Amino acid sequence: MPRWTMIEALNNALALELEHDRRVLIFGEDVGKNGGVFRVTEGLQNRFGEERVFDTPLAESAIIGTAIGIAVYGLRPIAEIQFAGFSLLAFNQIVSQAAHMRSRSGGLYTVPLVIRAVFGGNVRSHEMHSDNIEGLFMHTPGIKIVIPSNPYDAKGLLHAAIADPDPVLLLEHMRLYRSFRQEVPAEYYTVPIGKAVVVHEGSDVTVIAYGAMVAVALEAAKQLESSDEASVEVVELRTIAPMDEQTIADSVNKTGRAVVVHEAARTGGVGAEIVAVINQHCLYALLKPVERVTSPDTPFPIPTVEDLLIPTPGRVVNAIRRTLEA
Amino acid sequence: MAISNATLTGLTRTQLLCMHNMMLLMRRFEEKSAEEYTRGKIGGFMHLYIGQEAVGVGSITALRTSDKILCSYREHGLALAKGMDPRAIMAELFGKATGCSKGKGGSMHMWSNEAGVLGGNAIVAAQLPIAVGVAFSAQYLRQDTVVACFFGDGAVDEGAFHEALNLASLWKLPVVFICENNQYSMGMAVEKAWAVENLLSRAAAYNMPGEIVDGMDAIAVYAATKHAVEHARRGEGPTLLEVKTYRFRGHSMADPAYYRTREEEQCWRSTRDPIGIFEKMLLEEGLATQAEFDENDAKATQVAEDAAQFADNSPDPSLEELYTDVMVDDSSALTYRYERK
Repeated sequence: MPRWTMIEALNNALALELEHDRRVLIFGEDVGKNGGVFRVTEGLQNRFGEERVFDTPLAESAIIGTAIGIAVYGLRPIAEIQFAGFSLLAFNQIVSQAAHMRSRSGGLYTVPLVIRAVFGGNVRSHEMHSDNIEGLFMHTPGIKIVIPSNPYDAKGLLHAAIADPDPVLLLEHMRLYRSFRQEVPAEYYTVPIGKAVVVHEGSDVTVIAYGAMVAVALEAAKQLESSDEASVEVVELRTIAPMDEQTIADSVNKTGRAVVVHEAARTGGVGAEIVAVINQHCLYALLKPVERVTSPDTPFPIPTVEDLLIPTPGRVVNAIRRTLEA
Repeated sequence: MAISNATLTGLTRTQLLCMHNMMLLMRRFEEKSAEEYTRGKIGGFMHLYIGQEAVGVGSITALRTSDKILCSYREHGLALAKGMDPRAIMAELFGKATGCSKGKGGSMHMWSNEAGVLGGNAIVAAQLPIAVGVAFSAQYLRQDTVVACFFGDGAVDEGAFHEALNLASLWKLPVVFICENNQYSMGMAVEKAWAVENLLSRAAAYNMPGEIVDGMDAIAVYAATKHAVEHARRGEGPTLLEVKTYRFRGHSMADPAYYRTREEEQCWRSTRDPIGIFEKMLLEEGLATQAEFDENDAKATQVAEDAAQFADNSPDPSLEELYTDVMVDDSSALTYRYERK
């Protein structure tokens, strides 16, 4: 089995889709000739032609609006937004158009659109390129939000997103793109959207994370387990919306303690929603207040201090310890 | 009186009477809507097309049923002209389960797969990039479908207008952009909003043909649209039409219209009514009689009455309906549905 980075896994998924379905089209800024800023679409235009893999002008609202028109016509557009922070230029098209069109048309028009966008910190970029914008879109009924943490899931979730009849926002973390390789089947497979997964079993405390924070949570779990301080269960969401409440609840009801980790700022974030889910389903099992480890409520931390402000294994360890205090 | 068999711009007498009938239907339908709004049967915001009928009828007569239209929120008339069932439109205005979107779209969002109506839109200019996508699909699938995208003069001031026109021209897509310049973007006079006098320079800026059309003359609108549609169907790309018109009513039902004088409104109504202009021309050309006009008027009034009665007698959507059509799999919306205690 090939060992691929997330970029190679995504590239392979896109190629498979283009190969087996003529309805699939890929477009965005620099995705064609240049193969994308991070080379996710490298070689695809050469292989499948300019008609199906093409560059657009720098016009995010038109990129997504056009993709919506293409999707309601029955094709399968995959639109790339070069950096997730730029998606705000298409906010109306994503929120008011793509996400709400099915409801507004009484089910007549559905938007099978995939939007891919890169984001994420610890890469010495400033705001706009690093911004974690998932919380902005999570507040929108009608769109699914998927954030993979590894190459295998990235490929499987992308296939699932393209097969999904509703709009899906696939957020790809910049730091995970090339940070490690993993065995990835070269064939088609899907990873289900809307399903979280227990990536590490434990019994004392549950850490809930997604994207780049999964590795941070796992590292914290490893530290506490090697010092015999605690048995830590790590739940990876994979999909932010719709959220897999069952997996979260099952784990927290078992452990009685929970720490929520995300790279995005704190207030009104995904973590707040997870805490609400825990309150609803696990209140009587909770032994301690739920902890949140997040970035601060500032614009994205500047490069010189981002390693301190984006959650680290050490901060997650401290939060876990607080839940274990007598 | 002898009825001439002559044609106008290639339109037969039957077609011309059909256009007359549709303009009357738009007028009577919207008058009825306004009445029902005042009675509290229709809520929210409602934007009437009265005064602009020649634009919708003239342009849509130049389209095929298989062609698509996308519109702004002032779209009841356009939806009628494109062939949507008046009952489904009126029921949607009433918010009833029998409406074209089961009461979920409302006045500003009319849809029909059969008639090729891909929605009105409450966000100004949002429909333009979507129209580009629809046209792209038709081109990709080698279909000869043409997309007519309607918007007001206010939409020209939005960024989406420019992004969409650039893409459509760049990719030579089969779109006709129809700007219904009714002189006011809500309360702002167009000359205070536009840095240019008209849209010819905007069309030139995006390297596409442009034309200024008298929007009170249905025949002129038909001729200009027909030309643009043929251009698009031949694969030669988009056209921008600036159709100069005037809405006789306020921006919405709630508009006191402080931004223009009653004299100005009266002047347009009495001298530039598109239905009056159309009738006068047909009479002068000997193509129709007053009796035929009266008959069309009676028919239109009857259809509007029937639509309102149908809407009034239709059931409200059920509470459960809110939670369906959010996504194809509605389980997450249904999880939090309101439970009646």
